[in-house]
Amino acid sequence: MDTTMKPDFQALQPVSAESSAPAAVVARGVNVYYGTKHAIKELDVDIPEKAVTAFIGPSGCGKSTFLRCINRMNDTISICKVTGKITLDGSDIYDKSLDVVQLRARVGMVFQKPNPFPKSIYENVAYGARIHGLTQTKADLDQLVEESLRRASLWEEVKDRLDQTGTGLSGGQQQRLCIARAIAVSPEVILMDEPCSALDPIATAKIEELIDELRRNYTIIIVTHSMQQAARVSQKTAFFHLGTLVEEGPTNTIFTAPRDKRTQDYITGRFG
Amino acid sequence: MTDAVLAPPRRKHDLTSLEAQARVRKRYAAESRFKFLGVAAIVFAALFIVFLVSDIVMKGAPAFIEHRLTMKLTPTKEQVAADGKTDRASLLQGDWMAVVRSGIQGYFPEVTQRSQRSKLYNELISTGADVDIRNRIIANPSLIGQPVEASVLLSDDADLYFKGSVTRRQERSGRGVASVSGTTGDVQFVSNANDFISDMSRIRGDLSRAAALARLESSRLKAALETVAADRRSTLETQINDQVQKASELERRGLAVGGTEMIGDNTASILIKANGGVIKVTELGSQSVSGTVLIPLKSNTQVKSGEWQIVTLTTPEGNRKLSDQQISWLDRMKDEGLVSSGFAWRFFTSGDSREPEQAGILGGLIGSALTMLVTLGLCLPIGVGAAIYLEEFAPKNRLTDIVEVNINNLAAVPSIVFGLLGLAMFLNTFNMPRSSPLVGGLVLALLVLPTIIIASRAALKAVPPSIREAALGLGASHQQAVFHHVLPLAMPGILTGTIIGMAHALGETAPLLMIGMVAFIIEVPNSLVQSATVLPVQIYLWSDLPEAAFQAKTAGAIIVLLIFLFCMNGAAIWLRKKFEQRW
Repeated sequence: MDTTMKPDFQALQPVSAESSAPAAVVARGVNVYYGTKHAIKELDVDIPEKAVTAFIGPSGCGKSTFLRCINRMNDTISICKVTGKITLDGSDIYDKSLDVVQLRARVGMVFQKPNPFPKSIYENVAYGARIHGLTQTKADLDQLVEESLRRASLWEEVKDRLDQTGTGLSGGQQQRLCIARAIAVSPEVILMDEPCSALDPIATAKIEELIDELRRNYTIIIVTHSMQQAARVSQKTAFFHLGTLVEEGPTNTIFTAPRDKRTQDYITGRFG
Repeated sequence: MTDAVLAPPRRKHDLTSLEAQARVRKRYAAESRFKFLGVAAIVFAALFIVFLVSDIVMKGAPAFIEHRLTMKLTPTKEQVAADGKTDRASLLQGDWMAVVRSGIQGYFPEVTQRSQRSKLYNELISTGADVDIRNRIIANPSLIGQPVEASVLLSDDADLYFKGSVTRRQERSGRGVASVSGTTGDVQFVSNANDFISDMSRIRGDLSRAAALARLESSRLKAALETVAADRRSTLETQINDQVQKASELERRGLAVGGTEMIGDNTASILIKANGGVIKVTELGSQSVSGTVLIPLKSNTQVKSGEWQIVTLTTPEGNRKLSDQQISWLDRMKDEGLVSSGFAWRFFTSGDSREPEQAGILGGLIGSALTMLVTLGLCLPIGVGAAIYLEEFAPKNRLTDIVEVNINNLAAVPSIVFGLLGLAMFLNTFNMPRSSPLVGGLVLALLVLPTIIIASRAALKAVPPSIREAALGLGASHQQAVFHHVLPLAMPGILTGTIIGMAHALGETAPLLMIGMVAFIIEVPNSLVQSATVLPVQIYLWSDLPEAAFQAKTAGAIIVLLIFLFCMNGAAIWLRKKFEQRW
């Protein structure tokens, strides 16, 4: 079992993606409370720019919660309280003067279950650009939609049916449409909350390929339950357990030489 | 390893044992019992609906048909334009009823007595009979003095007679050769065959039955004789004697052979049509009858076999609104080819009236439409706005909890209470016009708002949070997420709730009684502040009236209301199907 769970990292990962890259997101002393529940405890982490960072850990360990702190989606939950400091390119995202709508334009998100709007494929991609006023003319918007769909490697499949509803696509296509929708507003960071958990292996492979392409231009944070996926797509991995960040580091180090016993146990399938 | 130790001992299930089979049978029996009960419940409900609908349709169908006379009328200058002016206002002053009367007079020249004329013109012809000829002449005054074909509306009783609900009418031809002693007044009519023998035996059968009843009564009284006090005994004995005498008298008449029988107004009427006239039988023999002429005969020559008719009107004259004389006039009009029936457009094009044949539901329909307009205009924006705020934006605290509980409570408040509230608020405090669609709409809006808010909140809640998150994740503001994505998806549910609420309001009567929409209003309203009534209140008003024709009108208006409600519910289903989105 163990051998199949640890693919050959050296072959997959380019050496350049070491943690030497400048940090896009920096979290210091982050605590998250859901009412009385202390969901994340004193978390410090650096997310490298233009690289894929994977958050792994057993269910309920706080990795999704932390992910949702980065674009302040937790604001919608009234009982959720966040303390500590998270910076995006050096500016505090929990600063009073920062507009959460602007923040979410800079930090896009792809959800666990594909959730395209029940509108046309074109409208799905164009929506973000429309509300943020990114384009002036119809031609610009058309171009933006095409470009975003191309980047999400969906263009060839949907170019003839842009006016059809996005919910009519297959699960994998829907998820790529959601990615296209997210990148259409040119975010700096894309958060992916288990983007492949509802997809079959072939669709998953396509999404992973896409993630690998996207990291050239975007900082990507992906939460995943699949260790193989983390190993395949990420350059940096952070292991969460019971609300704390147990260990972080370059993916190949985490998977080949974990320092912590808990990390070791988790990646070898002893628990979780 | 440990699995083997922990595994429970394998129980052997013998699926073929008698117990197991019995268990399976029991399960199947329980299931089929449940299915049977379900089917039975549905069949029961369906039968009730079929009964209800067929009853209403049967009662209401006559309301959609009316009978009228189509005849040539010649309006003279003296009658309609005595002052020589032929403009609209002057012509409206003319005595158009006189035109109609003289037209009918042509067919019944013998009706000259004042009381007879009143029975013919006032009771058989509607007070609105002159409307058609008046409109025709106003449209073209040059026709004055010339015969114009116009329709003359019959009264409700005459209309009911042609619809067959005044009396059952049987007609058979006379077999014998008949002779008649005169053409007017009291006459003797003799047939050489036993044409009236069946009527005789029917009447005598009735007499024998009445005699048996009298005997029964007398023996009941005799049994009571023992128990009453001595001072009351003599009156009782007289009663017994009366009964016995009555019984023997009836028996004697019932068993008589030959002879004659008097026909009063408490037995079925018998009319004889011969030689172009009508004779009402007053004394019946098996061959010869005496009677009174209702419509003069043209001659008193012999009538050939098969050329005269015996008409039996089953309902005794004393029990119906139309006399034998009036019925023979109506039959004559029909024989002359004057009577025609058609779809009663009047039912949809005129307002309420004291005269059933002129009453229509247009006033109620327009009143309902105006009221619904006010209700919808208030309810949809306020209700949907309140629902969006409460569901999406309101902070969750004690205050919003109280608001929510109270909205749910309001939905359960009896509608009459809203009527009282409307009376106190809109009429007494704000002095708004009484009986107006505006106030009706406001009151119904109060009634429907809770329904719409609850339905809209449920629809908003049913939109999956993933859609909201997707929009928020793209950087849409909360309001943008709600208005761009959540609301369109919730719209079918909101519209369904709204339409069902409106249908509820359309059928509502009680609160409108409180604000005076129950008044008798002839005018069809054309503004929101005019006095008006609504369809259900119109039904309520008509159901209370004594005239038989209003019963059909009531059922007819119910049919119209039900069709409206079905259409609204159909629209709700259609909207839901059409705009339903899958995600």
